[in-house]
Amino acid sequence: MNILEFTGLIALGSLLAGFLGALTGLGGGVVVVPMLTLLFHVDIRYAIGASLVSVIATSSGAAAAYVREGYSNIRIGMFLETATTVGAVTGAAIAMHVSDSAIAIVFGLVLLYSAYLSSRHREEHDPNRQSSKLAEKLKLNGTCPTPQGKQPYAVTGVPAGYSLMFGAGVLSGLLGIGSGAVKVLAMDQAMKIPFKVSTTTSNFMIGVTAAASAGLYLNRGYVAPGIAMPVMLGVLAGSMIGARMLVKAKVKALRYLFAVVIVVLGFEMIFNGATGRL
Amino acid sequence: MNDEIVTTAQPKSWDDQRIEVIIGTLLRTGVILAAAVVLFGGALYLVRHGHEIANYSTFHGEPESLKSAKDIVHGVFGMSARAIIQLGLLLLIATPVARVAFSAVAFAIEHDYMYVVITLIVLAILSYSLFASS
Repeated sequence: MNILEFTGLIALGSLLAGFLGALTGLGGGVVVVPMLTLLFHVDIRYAIGASLVSVIATSSGAAAAYVREGYSNIRIGMFLETATTVGAVTGAAIAMHVSDSAIAIVFGLVLLYSAYLSSRHREEHDPNRQSSKLAEKLKLNGTCPTPQGKQPYAVTGVPAGYSLMFGAGVLSGLLGIGSGAVKVLAMDQAMKIPFKVSTTTSNFMIGVTAAASAGLYLNRGYVAPGIAMPVMLGVLAGSMIGARMLVKAKVKALRYLFAVVIVVLGFEMIFNGATGRL
Repeated sequence: MNDEIVTTAQPKSWDDQRIEVIIGTLLRTGVILAAAVVLFGGALYLVRHGHEIANYSTFHGEPESLKSAKDIVHGVFGMSARAIIQLGLLLLIATPVARVAFSAVAFAIEHDYMYVVITLIVLAILSYSLFASS
């Protein structure tokens, strides 16, 4: 395969990944690395470097649309970014010392877990709950626009959420994904932040987290321009198209389909990692 | 009681909201600029190297000239297609860093010094990652 064909096919695959990722809300990053390694036989470290770059692009590109709605909470985001960025640098450092097989197996497990999370039912939190002292001190409580006007919300579980965020950062740096699923889990489940606020603040944080490890990947020569170029442009274009169509499309069936794809990719990554085929 | 919450919370949240809109615009501008540079470099790269054989199946690291900001800029002046792509990627990575730097200024304007410190910590970690050499 010559470079022209190789680039075109990767751009097409990335476009599809970004499109489905935006449409289903699961993020395109999770399928980029399996696509590059399983389908195009790209070395997993090059794949991670390219994926990180695309994660920054989609997160930053989408942020402009999110902030206008007034859901994201920049204090929660900034405070938790101290955990995710340290985690991301740690994860990137780990990635440079462990084997390809180990990365692939962890990747597969994370894929299976994200598919499981996306299938779970979630409930809204009790609005009359008290916030914790720590959350108050850190000024994490905020208001969230609802059809009945701005509703205040109270934040709890700061230590648990903070630890989970460190974990999300490690996974992001190790695997080159946004780890949006773990971030939402930390904010929604541990800290009892309203779901809309969790998802938009998470999107906001993903770019900063990915930038923390992307710098290291670039410095160490893990970002190959020939791969990162079609991946970044493809995922970015795909996610922009996906975000536009979000309102019109019937997302439920697609979400199910995408979750199945993620499960298949997850098993394949674990199998290939375990048998040393990557 | 509900009215009281609204009137006391209003000025602060309006400020936050305005800051977030500026940040959003900053991020989008950064991404568009980065994508344009990558696209230009990519087109040049395909014109020059499109017919060579692709081989990325084994990791051998990128050459020194594509790793550090200084060498990348040097390569861009030499019209190296790969260096131009790399410059675009560097711009992209710098976009969230710029948003963090802007947030530090915004918190300072709001006299929220606790958050100025928190934001500067994040900025320090990002700078370490970008400028730490191997």
